[in-house]
Amino acid sequence: MNNKILKMVIVLTVTGIFSGGILATVYRVAEPRIEENRLKELKEAIFIVLPDTVDYKEIERNGTVLYMGLDKEGNTTGYAFVSEGPGFQGKIRMMVGLNKDLKHLTGMKVLEQVETPGLGNRIAEEDFQNQFKGLQFEPEIEYVKNKKPEKPNEIQAITGATISSRAVARAITKDVKRVVKILKEEGSGS
Amino acid sequence: MAAKELPLSKDFFKGFWKENPVTVQLLGLCPTLAVTNTAINGFAMGMATTFVVVSASTLVSIIKRLVPRQVRIATYIVIIASFVTMADLFLAAQFPAISKALGPYVPLIVVNCLILGRSEAYASKHPVHRAFLDALGMGLGFTWVLVLLGIIREVLGFGSIFSLKMFGDWFTPWIVMILPPGAFFTLGIIVGVINYITGKEGSETTCH
Repeated sequence: MNNKILKMVIVLTVTGIFSGGILATVYRVAEPRIEENRLKELKEAIFIVLPDTVDYKEIERNGTVLYMGLDKEGNTTGYAFVSEGPGFQGKIRMMVGLNKDLKHLTGMKVLEQVETPGLGNRIAEEDFQNQFKGLQFEPEIEYVKNKKPEKPNEIQAITGATISSRAVARAITKDVKRVVKILKEEGSGS
Repeated sequence: MAAKELPLSKDFFKGFWKENPVTVQLLGLCPTLAVTNTAINGFAMGMATTFVVVSASTLVSIIKRLVPRQVRIATYIVIIASFVTMADLFLAAQFPAISKALGPYVPLIVVNCLILGRSEAYASKHPVHRAFLDALGMGLGFTWVLVLLGIIREVLGFGSIFSLKMFGDWFTPWIVMILPPGAFFTLGIIVGVINYITGKEGSETTCH
């Protein structure tokens, strides 16, 4: 009887130690590559959301990281920033481009999301993301269902994924206002 | 031990049709219904599941004599979870786009009862080479059904196949096909058709 229990304990312990060890090794190999992919995607996203940008400068203001886009002559093309908000199932992270007059958006690219496959995760598709090009955010970004947007601050929500679409609109509205405030204060201060 | 006398090819091919995990055993329906809105998603999920079921079944068959019966399920689950985590990390490192599309459904392979089912019902009672062939057949059987479901739903719901546009502007996508109900309709019809075809043979279900 005791022998049996001892055997069980040994088998489970050994299995646990083995899988733990193997997973730690796999993780150490995979992690740098995953991190690299993430960084590469972040960089690519900056160039996608800021048209005509060939280079960028990272600036930090009160804990907010902004990417100032630069064109060939070194002129500012606009500002990109990471916007984050709660989605239907988890966090949605996006790269958002803002034009240099701080009046409208120049693009949006989803970096991370765990929305429902086939429904909410379509926020990462081009058709949805392209709606943010030239979109105005005053007084806030609104969404319409099953019809073409009419106002300059409206996007069309994804069918079957209103919650995800609304989450995107809300997160961007909130963050873009914060960024505009930071940039305006800086402009008037200098 | 009648199973011992079966030819090896039978171990391999039974997963494709006669004991297909989806259409006959109706196992692993959560990923089957959830990710098959496009053909490529179905294929990626099928491949990830095949990797896990083959690795887990092989390992379970190797260590089957060492594991006491009372703790076998716990041991199998730890083994399965380890392979799933490896598959998840591998996809994130090598194929970030697919990893993103499948999202939370890769970690959920752990609870796909197809995998535990093969370990418990087959691998723990058969020699390694048979367990390997059985798992490979089951994994590929799972994959073809997911790809078929994905193709049907993608064609009707998006008007494309493997992301290639098939129709002109006249085609109005049937949105419902890419929504959850579309998965149920399609799977129901596929299972119905297959049951109709095999109905006279009387299919033997091995549900666990």
